[in-house]
Amino acid sequence: MIRLIEDLHIQFVCRIMVPLIQFFALYVIAHGHYSPGGGFQGGCILGASFILMMIAYDIEYVKKRFPEKFNTFMVAFGVFLYAAIGALCLILGAEYLNYGILHKILPADPVKVRALGTLGIEIGVGITVSAVMLSIFLNLSTFGKHEKSEV
Amino acid sequence: MKVLALIIVILTGSLLIYSSLDMPDWGDPNSPASTHVSPRYIEKTIEETATPNAVTSVLADYRGYDTLGETVVIFTAAVVCILLLRRFEDDKTH
Repeated sequence: MIRLIEDLHIQFVCRIMVPLIQFFALYVIAHGHYSPGGGFQGGCILGASFILMMIAYDIEYVKKRFPEKFNTFMVAFGVFLYAAIGALCLILGAEYLNYGILHKILPADPVKVRALGTLGIEIGVGITVSAVMLSIFLNLSTFGKHEKSEV
Repeated sequence: MKVLALIIVILTGSLLIYSSLDMPDWGDPNSPASTHVSPRYIEKTIEETATPNAVTSVLADYRGYDTLGETVVIFTAAVVCILLLRRFEDDKTH
């Protein structure tokens, strides 16, 4: 389905665009507190930049940077990060996902620490969403073979 | 058969439109949605969560379980995609 098309224009534009897209994705994740945005939206933009890289260059090019094992690990790691922050609150003696209690281990007052806890779970969501975008696109576009086909 | 389906669609559609007439107006301050917990979220967001964006504080703080569930749904989508579609080279069964 995906063929290697050596097109200088597309590759050149993507080489400029991809860092900007990824930078914008990190901005959307980190700035989700103050403006529209957050983990889902930022993760989607980050995943889209990987997909653009895959279309413009090659599947092997992306697979070298994000091996399948690493990517699948990241799919689970984001959910784990979210659940682990919730469980950490439980261990420290508050309710599940009650971030206020994290002030026992973080140097900030209980109210400020809630914003930090929110940022932590947004990062977890962003990791999962971007890895899921890449994984689903790779599986659907190559019929699960993860290599370029001649069709 | 097509006529029967059309009748059912029109009937269901008119029922839905009829029931939408009972909905509260847009931005009605006395509607159930804006009298229960919404005032608390709007008034106490900064005080309780230190997050200036009320949408984020509801999404990730007040309704944290909900967002955890959403993330698990996306995780499940990826796992199912891998299970159904991924084919390894040494798999000679089909």
